[in-house]
Amino acid sequence: MKKYKCMLCEYVYDPAVGDPDNGVPPGTAFEDLPSDWVCPLCGASKDDFEPAD
Amino acid sequence: MNGVFRAVKVTDYVYWVGAVDWTLRDFHGYSTSRGTTYNAYLILADKIVLVDTVKSPFKQEMLARIASVTNPENITYIISNHSEMDHSGCLPEMIEMVKPEKVFASAMGVKALHEHFHMGGGITAVRDGETLSLGNMTLRFFETKMLHWPDSMVTYLPEQAVLFSQDAFGMHLASSERFDDEISEDILVREAAKYYANIVMPFSPIVTKTLEKIRNLNVPIHMIAADHGPIWRKGIGKILELYAKWAKHHPTKKAVILYDTMWQSTAKMARAIAEGIMAEGAQAKVMALSASHRSDVATEVLDAGALVVGSPTMNNNLFPTVADVLCYLRGLKPGNLIGAAFGSYGWSGEAVEQIESILKEMKVDLVGKGISVRYVPTDEALAQCASLGRLVAEQLKQRCDKPQQE
Repeated sequence: MKKYKCMLCEYVYDPAVGDPDNGVPPGTAFEDLPSDWVCPLCGASKDDFEPAD
Repeated sequence: MNGVFRAVKVTDYVYWVGAVDWTLRDFHGYSTSRGTTYNAYLILADKIVLVDTVKSPFKQEMLARIASVTNPENITYIISNHSEMDHSGCLPEMIEMVKPEKVFASAMGVKALHEHFHMGGGITAVRDGETLSLGNMTLRFFETKMLHWPDSMVTYLPEQAVLFSQDAFGMHLASSERFDDEISEDILVREAAKYYANIVMPFSPIVTKTLEKIRNLNVPIHMIAADHGPIWRKGIGKILELYAKWAKHHPTKKAVILYDTMWQSTAKMARAIAEGIMAEGAQAKVMALSASHRSDVATEVLDAGALVVGSPTMNNNLFPTVADVLCYLRGLKPGNLIGAAFGSYGWSGEAVEQIESILKEMKVDLVGKGISVRYVPTDEALAQCASLGRLVAEQLKQRCDKPQQE
């Protein structure tokens, strides 16, 4: 599963880790995140993320 | 202070009610040799609105200015465009005193304000594009996340064509004048550049997108009322153009050579490199860290094409002042730079490699091998330094003569 990077603040979403503080368990693919999920650091929307290299 | 400190009219319905900080000389690591202002604004619509507050010690000044046009208790709404404490400093006290109907901030702003002031509830989140009726006027909010904080937003008053831009387009400049056309253009451009270099530079891609967003709104903007420095009214085109230019990081024929020295050996190398750069027709800006503040180095790097860094090695490490500035510059993410490292050392000489490693992290394209010299450089060593300078200048000229990609 691919990692995704926030274009506003460079936070990297790692599917292996998820975002447990915000109810997203480890193993959740980026594509499967809810549409209203936001970057936990800066609040950017999913649209502001791109695949991390 | 009542009766002496007065509001300044911006438009028929908008007043500046901020504070001038004549004596500030350091703003979290940014040297503010010209002081600063904390701008807060009052909108006298059917509902009276306060846009941002001031740094906490200046509360009485702001209150006196507000009182010169209206009783502060008449404030119905307070807007927090940015939660940093130079603007939110008196917010809790103002809320307590004025008891506004509502306080507005972006969703990230609500979160940030709670994490600053631990007030419980009481702040309403507004979304990007949301409007707020003031009776005879309206406010429109636009989120500008990471310009320069997650909570940042701007507020537009269409009926007066005023954009309250919080830190964007601002500068640290204390003055008796409140408007851009009243101040020398040289000072405005210099301080706006320093502000961009030190505060906005890492977010340049977001600047480009935000400028496009503003253009696409297709609304008149007669005033840009930022939270520091003068209000833009004649030079709006100018400041927008400068931001667009700075955001692009186009290479220029200017090389910044920054260094520190223990016994003048690294200094001699720096000056020899500069001679090489100049001989090949490019511009050298030599910045000895004993005489230059990190925030002034950042300002020079903003419009540079090359960053050449010199350091002695002390106890197996970079000299601390060089480590300071490199750490600072790394966070500012300058773009499109070429660079090189140099330094004199006694016996172990780790500095040059450490510099190259940081420059690589910063995506600076290294030209040529770094130059390390034992103790005092010979004429041959200085000639090698001058060659490096010439190489840097040649590369700069090549890069600048290439057609720019937009």
